Amino acid sequence: MSILAELQRRFGDAVVETHDHHGDPTAVVARDALLAVLAHCRDDAALAFDVLMDLTAVDYLKFPGREDGPRFEVVYHLYSLAHNHRLRLKVRRDEDDPNVPSAVALWPIANWLEREVWDMFGVRFEGHPDLRRLLMYEEFVGHPLRKDYPINRRQPLIGPAS
Amino acid sequence: MGVGSFFTSKLDEAIGWARKYSIFQYPFVTACCGMEYMATACSHYDIDRFGAGLPRFSPRQADVLFVVGTISHKMAPVLKRVYDQMTEPKWVVAFGVCTCTGGFYDNYATVQGIDTIIPVDVYIPGCPPRPESVIDGLMKLQDKIAAQAQRY
Repeated sequence: MSILAELQRRFGDAVVETHDHHGDPTAVVARDALLAVLAHCRDDAALAFDVLMDLTAVDYLKFPGREDGPRFEVVYHLYSLAHNHRLRLKVRRDEDDPNVPSAVALWPIANWLEREVWDMFGVRFEGHPDLRRLLMYEEFVGHPLRKDYPINRRQPLIGPAS
Repeated sequence: MGVGSFFTSKLDEAIGWARKYSIFQYPFVTACCGMEYMATACSHYDIDRFGAGLPRFSPRQADVLFVVGTISHKMAPVLKRVYDQMTEPKWVVAFGVCTCTGGFYDNYATVQGIDTIIPVDVYIPGCPPRPESVIDGLMKLQDKIAAQAQRY
């Protein structure tokens, strides 16, 4: 049974959308089911996704054809060492409520990846133990990879820490 | 020493001459310009000819700060602190276009020229500058050091 069929069978309507382009399975899941889907992907013996390869986000603010839809998409790239297969999971969030449950309890690497996504996109991860900026400095205002952040905005220089 | 084989000079010029041939650099290397800096510092180009062959990796022992490579906003306070830790007299060389103006990094992360943080004596443009440009900049710095009014 394919990975996507298994997810659809088990989680039903929580799997909003799927595609399998060139053997590259991708599923969009509802936010409320996200943690259950992730935990199942990790712990199920047939799936056994033991590696969170990447966790990132996309801002669809100015994306042709998707300007009206949910603005943010948080993307999880999973890989299974045992089965050598991959899965991409996406969860969509509106601009006014960019909240996603944290995956730190499942994969510790999610800690820094989620901090980076918070830093760059301003997506909050509920339950994250220490959601601080990762790449930018604390005094920085805004989230620079959002499409409405002016590309050449200047922010005040920071001095040496006293 | 025979009769008449002496010369007179001004103390200023003697000190300037000595200083320009005893450049102890602090290489503040952050990016790809570092490769070109290493090429310059190796035997083929031999900057020991200019008395600049011995980099010091403590700002307290250095008198020329070579800022080599892109400086991000997060790195800016570190650079300022290193500059502050150097003892007088001190000079700063902006190595590569990123340190001169920010280069093509016109974005949220990059300082638009290190002269927004610390004073700069010599700018060496290029992405990265060839060793010949670096040596040209070094000689310009030597001229500047030699001509500078000395404080004793």
